[in-house]
Amino acid sequence: MSAPVLNAQQTPAAAVEGFSRSETVTLAWPMIMLSVFFVIPFGTMLAVSFFERVPGGFFEPGFTLDSYARFIDPFFFKSLGMTMMIAGSASLLCLILAVPFTWTLTRMRHHHRVLWLVALLSILSLSEVIIGFSWSLLLSRSTGIGNILVWLGIENRAPKLSPGLGAVLTGLCYLGFPYAVLVLFPQLSRLDPTLHEAARMLGASPRRAFMNVVLPNIAKALVAAFIMVFVFTLGAYLIPQLLGKPQQWTLPVLIADQALFQSNLPFAAAMSIFLLGVSLSLVVCVGWLGRSSQARIEDQSTTQSTTQSAAS
Amino acid sequence: MTHTILKNRRRFLAQSAALVGAASLGSGIGRAQAAETLTVATYGGYFEDSFKNIIYPAFTEETGIEIVSVPEPTSDAWLIQLETAARANSAPADVSMIAQNAMLKGQSTELWAPLDLEKLPNHTSLTPDFIHTYSDGRVDGIGAVAWYLTLVSNTDVYPEAPTSWAELWNPDNEDSLGLMALSSNSFLLEITNATFFKDPELLQSEAGIEKVLAKLAELKPNVALWYRDEGQFQQALQSGEIPMGQYYHDVAGLAAADGHPVRSTFPIEGGVRDSGCWAISRASSKQEAAHTFINYMCRPDIQATLARKVGTSPTVKRELLDLSDEEFASVSSADTPITPVYSMHNERADWLNQVWTEMVTS
Repeated sequence: MSAPVLNAQQTPAAAVEGFSRSETVTLAWPMIMLSVFFVIPFGTMLAVSFFERVPGGFFEPGFTLDSYARFIDPFFFKSLGMTMMIAGSASLLCLILAVPFTWTLTRMRHHHRVLWLVALLSILSLSEVIIGFSWSLLLSRSTGIGNILVWLGIENRAPKLSPGLGAVLTGLCYLGFPYAVLVLFPQLSRLDPTLHEAARMLGASPRRAFMNVVLPNIAKALVAAFIMVFVFTLGAYLIPQLLGKPQQWTLPVLIADQALFQSNLPFAAAMSIFLLGVSLSLVVCVGWLGRSSQARIEDQSTTQSTTQSAAS
Repeated sequence: MTHTILKNRRRFLAQSAALVGAASLGSGIGRAQAAETLTVATYGGYFEDSFKNIIYPAFTEETGIEIVSVPEPTSDAWLIQLETAARANSAPADVSMIAQNAMLKGQSTELWAPLDLEKLPNHTSLTPDFIHTYSDGRVDGIGAVAWYLTLVSNTDVYPEAPTSWAELWNPDNEDSLGLMALSSNSFLLEITNATFFKDPELLQSEAGIEKVLAKLAELKPNVALWYRDEGQFQQALQSGEIPMGQYYHDVAGLAAADGHPVRSTFPIEGGVRDSGCWAISRASSKQEAAHTFINYMCRPDIQATLARKVGTSPTVKRELLDLSDEEFASVSSADTPITPVYSMHNERADWLNQVWTEMVTS
């Protein structure tokens, strides 16, 4: 989703300026459509969040901060904290799995790589409902993977793994993993293999070469993948609802409850806007941290190469 | 040259599009003239399928009005879609089956078109409490079907049927219950009151509700799943993963009839009786056909068919039905049911939702 955008950052500004008039017109159309289909619904949501709630009914147009005032509540902050924790942990787990996986993927033979990528892309065609239900079956006591432990004689009774935090994180990772791989893949496959080889030849262990040479070189992609999965899992509401205990019901679950069952659209809209604001500021922060650490690395390497050339 | 071809091609495409559009518009008009249609919404899944296969064809044959069946997710979710559409003066369904809580919410914006009882002669067959009215007496809904929320259990795990709602609090049932996640559809406050306090006034005040809620919170260690999606619980109940809980009597009966080890029991305190009304959206332009449909659905023979085939409880007086005592008992209970306190869910909706969610998620 955001992969092309991130790659577009690398397009030199000069190329954009070089568009002919017809190309500009052609490009303007999707831009206008995007603005219309994003700005108008968002504006409606923003407006509704200030509307007056009619108790036992719907809402009336007006201007009130009542829906926002409901945030000043320990319960709300607890849910927000839990939501951030779940999305953050899921993104981190995704990265921990996706980085070595993608690294191995880039070193595979072409047709093996294509097979893996097709398999990953096919996950994207599954809806959250199917993923949620499948995992709830897979993690259940009666039909779940826990029965393998019984079959192997390790356990007497299959464990019930869902609902619970582990189940929610598993579901969210499954959902976010293909995105993480797709964001990391271009950067890792473009990475000059001689860098890693040079590090190995200079005596670094494979692990050290990976940690000290490969990882810093893909820092940008790591940040991008983290943000991508974080934002994606932050909005998921079916997985936490189907696989989570009530303690793991995230804000989107509560938003859906308000919108679908309580007909309290102003409060649902206010919560959505708040969640959007929080996630946007987090994304900006992480992006800024990522940029500054990347700059530091580049800075260090420039200093090193200058020192080396000066020494020689 | 290229430009001309492109232009011509575009013009050709535009003209073809216009032609295709006109053709499809024409065929639409043709169809509309052929038969009058009425869009009716019922709960999606088994329920809607039964109506589509058993009830609607006979109605069309008798009246010539074709029914377009649309599934509604839940009354509350459907209510929001109906209301939003009505604000834009359109109706995704002319007639919808709506549960009591949602009926009351819809009244706040006059979402329901007032019904004319003179056009509904069959309404006299109904028990009077199934005629739903606005506070000023105008009729806005006619009882479609009633249903019971009962205590269900897996027969493999519980060879003996549980007899009381108090089983939900039994420490032996740790981590083995499936309960509905919302106060407005689980009616667990009413169940707790009927089981432990038996005080009809208790749920009329916030202090009383909090007292009942505190008692209800005691069963939390027993709950394995707070469900919003019926399918999720039904699957777990059938497999024995979650062997007890609250569920709809009709659907549990159908699962049992399909050979699943599931039973539904009316507890000694009574099952919770809720019902759905037929209501017409104020934005519907098919008031006449809608009245014809609702009148048809009030007929005792249709109500009996629904009881036999769908397992719902009739809204028509018992003496008018040709159901045997056994058939009647399988869809209903002679004991006094637990009646939801709709005024509590309606008037204290936001406060109740807040304290309820805090109780469940803490």
